[in-house]
Amino acid sequence: MESKKTLRAPVSQKPLVIEKPENPEYIGGSVSIEINEKKFSVPLGTTILEACRQNQIHIPTLCHHEDLCVAGVCRICVVEVEGMRTLQASCAFPITAPIKIKTTSNAVRRSRKHIIDLLLSEHYGECYSCFRNNNCELQSLAKEYGVDHYSFGHIQNPRYEVDNSSYSVVRDMDKCILCKRCVRTCIDLQEVGVLEAIGRGHDTHIGTFWDKPLAEVICINCGQCINRCPTGALRANDPRDEIWSAIDNPKKHVVIQTAPSPRAAICEEFGMEPGTSLTGEMNTALRRIGFDVVFDTNFTADLTIFEEGTELIQRLYNALVKKEQVALPQFTSCSPGWVKYLEHFYPEYVDNLSSAKSPQQMFGALIKTFYAKRKGIDPKDIVSVAVMPCSAKKFECNRPEMVDSGFKDVDYGLTTRELAQMIKEAGIYLPEMPKSHFDDPFGEASGAGLIFGATGGVMEAALRTVVEFITGKKIENIFANADITPVRGFEGIKYAELPISDVGPVPKLIAHLVPDWNWLKGATLKIAVVHGTANAKKVMDDIKAGGKFSECHFIEFMACPGGCIGGGGQPIPTTPEIRKLRAKAIYDEDKSLPVRKSHENRHVVEIYNEFLTDGPCGHISHKLLHTHYIKRGKYIA
Amino acid sequence: MFVAEKNALSEEIESYVNKYGNDRSALLMILHEIQNKHRHISEFAQQEVARLLNIHPVEVYSVISFFAFLNSNPKGRNLVRICQTISCDMKGKSGLVKAIERELGIKIGETTKDNKFTVEYANCLGLCDMGPAMAINDQVFLQLTPEKAVELLGKVK
Repeated sequence: MESKKTLRAPVSQKPLVIEKPENPEYIGGSVSIEINEKKFSVPLGTTILEACRQNQIHIPTLCHHEDLCVAGVCRICVVEVEGMRTLQASCAFPITAPIKIKTTSNAVRRSRKHIIDLLLSEHYGECYSCFRNNNCELQSLAKEYGVDHYSFGHIQNPRYEVDNSSYSVVRDMDKCILCKRCVRTCIDLQEVGVLEAIGRGHDTHIGTFWDKPLAEVICINCGQCINRCPTGALRANDPRDEIWSAIDNPKKHVVIQTAPSPRAAICEEFGMEPGTSLTGEMNTALRRIGFDVVFDTNFTADLTIFEEGTELIQRLYNALVKKEQVALPQFTSCSPGWVKYLEHFYPEYVDNLSSAKSPQQMFGALIKTFYAKRKGIDPKDIVSVAVMPCSAKKFECNRPEMVDSGFKDVDYGLTTRELAQMIKEAGIYLPEMPKSHFDDPFGEASGAGLIFGATGGVMEAALRTVVEFITGKKIENIFANADITPVRGFEGIKYAELPISDVGPVPKLIAHLVPDWNWLKGATLKIAVVHGTANAKKVMDDIKAGGKFSECHFIEFMACPGGCIGGGGQPIPTTPEIRKLRAKAIYDEDKSLPVRKSHENRHVVEIYNEFLTDGPCGHISHKLLHTHYIKRGKYIA
Repeated sequence: MFVAEKNALSEEIESYVNKYGNDRSALLMILHEIQNKHRHISEFAQQEVARLLNIHPVEVYSVISFFAFLNSNPKGRNLVRICQTISCDMKGKSGLVKAIERELGIKIGETTKDNKFTVEYANCLGLCDMGPAMAINDQVFLQLTPEKAVELLGKVK
């Protein structure tokens, strides 16, 4: 992560930070080393692994991950350092003196192969029946080092039961190789703390508190552990079979909505470079698979902006004009991982969460009411599927309160990976598909809805609308091309202030809620954008202590690092580099769209005229598009 | 667990935290205190320790599961640990085990019905020249024979 130094990891696991002199030219600023008898100069404190990678020397890794702190437990990255008795783990060896390194010697090759053999001896299962087949780091290492038989044997019977208690994450510990990436993800990167190594020696396994099923402990379902698992030990709870049978059933009307992030990442599952949007191709493929209609979740993202924006205006009006006790700052509620995190760790703040549902659940409620009525289909025959970059969305659609349409609003949450698998099963090569559009009546969405996928996106989308509503001026006058750059980027916590100097007339849609904007004249809108629950913890602790963030009006929180594009349902692997490319794909597509503001989406305006007739945050929308939260607390019963 | 019991346990743990500090490095000392007093560290106690040290409950559980002298579930009033390492094994550990199992009517790892004894294996008690060795609670007995071991158990209250 960006803020590696501040991770709460035990000292032994923290990356060794050596103060680097400003200029490597200074004496002691850089060290000359020899790798495989070639001379290099590297900055002081660089690890051997980094030094090799900078100089195009390949070193295999398994427990190392760019998002996580150093562990040095798998030993696959060992190298020979001259003068040292044993081989050294290159990921955990900072260079502080001139050394000579060998990365290809017989001892290194043989040790690496032995290590792989030892890992395989405890790794139960067969590759061809594993969902990570062809995308498994252990498998590719075995191939890389030419493992042709199990020299230390191979485990014949499963040792653990598969834990599929959770709606989101399935744990199959027989495939675990104890690299502890999931542990470091859960404890350091996300600060949730569900997983740890339990037991000692041969009995060590990765487990939860008292080895309880995952559904009973305080897992927020973010799925970041899935994205970092090098093997098939962690996977999402897969609803493909149910969806296929719904598709094959002619009586069922199968509707699919697609979130913005999967379309920016699904290309990776088909061997393409990260950062190519396949929106049109995906629509065609979904229809060929057999989905009856394909909708764009961005439409309800636009709707979310209306509902959440109106709610914010109402809260501010009640606090500033009516002087009522109102929960501020308002938190976004689009990320189900974040929502569950708050319910567990800061239950006293659930009132700050926007009561607006996430775009997925809004769409679910609309499909089984508005759309069903319009098309004359019985809602019980509709099967509503949502393609999401997220494993927590699977939990969200199974929340007992998400039945406002009278039925289960969204039947299945499908991840990007699972959708790619379905497309492959149908014999379709996605990149070759012709392009097609989304279906009406929710046909086109705005760029504002699209950028929900990246961190800062919800905030940017909200600002594009709220600022125009309040000032009556085009956002382009304030930010060039309507790109609100202060809220973009991958910094863990972003903070911005927006002074409101002029106000305009109140738009018709919300005229019944506020008489005028004069009470906002001269005010400064304070906002923050946070991604990753470890960063969320910092901000929440600051709010609790009455710090800078407690004075904010609106804060966007996303559970996953990078926002939805780095979600737990996205293609594996994920790295800071890949997340950047996915975000770029989304922002580029936003730039190319004709409509880039939620309030300019004609379908949204239509639905307020036709169906949600009492306007944003009105009675009907409160029934269908808003929800409530549970104060769960941290105690594990 | 009753609320009053929970409150008492919380207060007790708080006193340990006051004594040893709320840094994560105080964890083992606090766990030892709880273990000594209650002979086990309950689910609730583990979560209380986690809350007071500002770490995750699973980290506390992980530490307890690592150390043989800390346990999550209650054991018998007296702990019998028989050294299972190779020197003691060669000096007749298995005879010792058989005699103790017969005497108490339980297998290794189990607790007697009256909750008086729990018998376990221990890895090396560090007295390999004086094997076979066995520890009853904090006291180690050496150069045992099956008869001697049974006699020792009879003396325990």
